[in-house]
Amino acid sequence: MTQAPGITLKGQASIEGRQLFAPLTLSLDAGRWTCLLGGSGVGKTTVLRLMADLPTGADFDGEILATDKTPVAERIAYMAQDDLLLPWATVEKNIALGARLRGQKMDAVRVERLLDRCGLHAHRGKKPSELSGGQRQRVALARTLMEDKPIILLDEPFSALDEKTRAAMQDLAADLLTNRTVLVVTHDPGEAARLGHAIYVMTAAGLTSVAPPASSVPRPVDAPDTITCRSDLLRLLMETTT
Amino acid sequence: MKLWPPIAATVFALCVWQAVVTLTGVQKFILPSPTLVAETWWLNRWLIAEHTLITLNEILIGLVIGISLGVVTALTLASSKTARTLLAPMLVFTQALPVFALAPILTLWLGYGIWSKAAMAVLITYFPVTSAFFDGLMRTPSGYLDLAKTMQASPRRVLWYIRVPAALPNLGAGVRLAAVYAPIGAVIGEWVGSSKGLGYLMLLANGRAKTDLMFAAMLTLGVLSVLLYVLMAKLTRRLGDRET
Ligand SMILES: Nc1ncnc2c1ncn2[C@@H]1O[C@H](COP(=O)(O)OP(=O)(O)OP(=O)(O)O)[C@@H](O)[C@H]1O
Ligand SMILES: [Mg+2]
Repeated sequence: MTQAPGITLKGQASIEGRQLFAPLTLSLDAGRWTCLLGGSGVGKTTVLRLMADLPTGADFDGEILATDKTPVAERIAYMAQDDLLLPWATVEKNIALGARLRGQKMDAVRVERLLDRCGLHAHRGKKPSELSGGQRQRVALARTLMEDKPIILLDEPFSALDEKTRAAMQDLAADLLTNRTVLVVTHDPGEAARLGHAIYVMTAAGLTSVAPPASSVPRPVDAPDTITCRSDLLRLLMETTT
Repeated sequence: MKLWPPIAATVFALCVWQAVVTLTGVQKFILPSPTLVAETWWLNRWLIAEHTLITLNEILIGLVIGISLGVVTALTLASSKTARTLLAPMLVFTQALPVFALAPILTLWLGYGIWSKAAMAVLITYFPVTSAFFDGLMRTPSGYLDLAKTMQASPRRVLWYIRVPAALPNLGAGVRLAAVYAPIGAVIGEWVGSSKGLGYLMLLANGRAKTDLMFAAMLTLGVLSVLLYVLMAKLTRRLGDRET
């Protein structure tokens, strides 16, 4: 992996002439986790998709720049909310999908290591339909990591999981994604409080920055500052979305 | 699937048929009884077998060519926008023409042999296969395509590793339809002009008021179609979870 750059998205978006979000500046620090919260429909997914240069329903007026001034889109690995595992392919082939789609030789050593790290060794030959929700998310995460990109965009990556599995997945992701520039969209204030080096709440009017706890990521679920941060976020979300 | 319910239903239908014939005393050249049809079938089994083989041959040739052409067309349409704008309207237009009307022309062009019948089967199977497979290729879940885009996939590889496997169940549905249509195509071809095949036998028997033989040939064709369908269903069931 190359050195992870910082990224700045600056601009506004509208859908059919109606403003989706007012001019805003979202800066992702290089090699850090940024968490983006906000009510349903404010345009969080739109922001992610704009960064990945994927089609959105919105007209974006602005720019997306990396601190190293090189294009952003091809250095991104994108994990959508839906795990998007190919149902006909095995776990192993799903993880190695990128290489196959580019006609490159798959890095077998890397696949082995990721299977190990994500606890998927026993499941490598299975089809996605034979996996639990948590296992599927792990495969999707492994596929995202397999891409070995410096910038990672995660759209509500762990929302489908129960609390315990979610916490475990957050730990795993934090560990595996160290030193990458990560943007996580989430509905879960607790997730932001655990993972964010920077935390923003998005509304139609713009972004509100919320100071994360000072401790290092991933923060313990039950640490007092994590809990305080979580409640602050929760209060802010309730105020802004009603 | 349990086998006994359809068997029970068939036996019941045969009993009703037999009862109708016995009770009304209808003449056998109007409606022969199932027992008479069975007897006729047995007496003419070699004759019927010979004609069945001919028809089966036409059907299989038609299926293989029709499915292949359909697959190639669908892939071409799916991978090229130009092909779509040029060919798609034409394809739909040709479907508005009654295929039956083409049968005499095919006989004129390809002669009395099996080729004009196979061509009929091709014509009648080509469209359902093309349309089902093409539809599947164009309906790839957009999330997969987004994923492929972020992975810098080439269009050819996206087609082969994502769109085609995602569309295989649709292709399966098209192939199963084709298996039902192909025998119809072959028999229409035979009706227009032939000296062999189950369609020919049916016309011949009908013309000589051998209604029992007509029924025997027709039921044979029906059983052949069902077997073909079951075979295709078995073959295509695997398509859904094929490994790439
Ligand atoms: N393809 C599209 N065409 C038109 N409008 C769209 C399209 N995609 C999204 N929108 C609209 O854009 C707005 C923002 O959508 P977006 O998916 O970015 O929201 P979100 O913040 O991610 O919401 P959620 O938390 O529910 O996922 C929504 O009002 C949605 O209706
Ligand atoms: Mg969203």
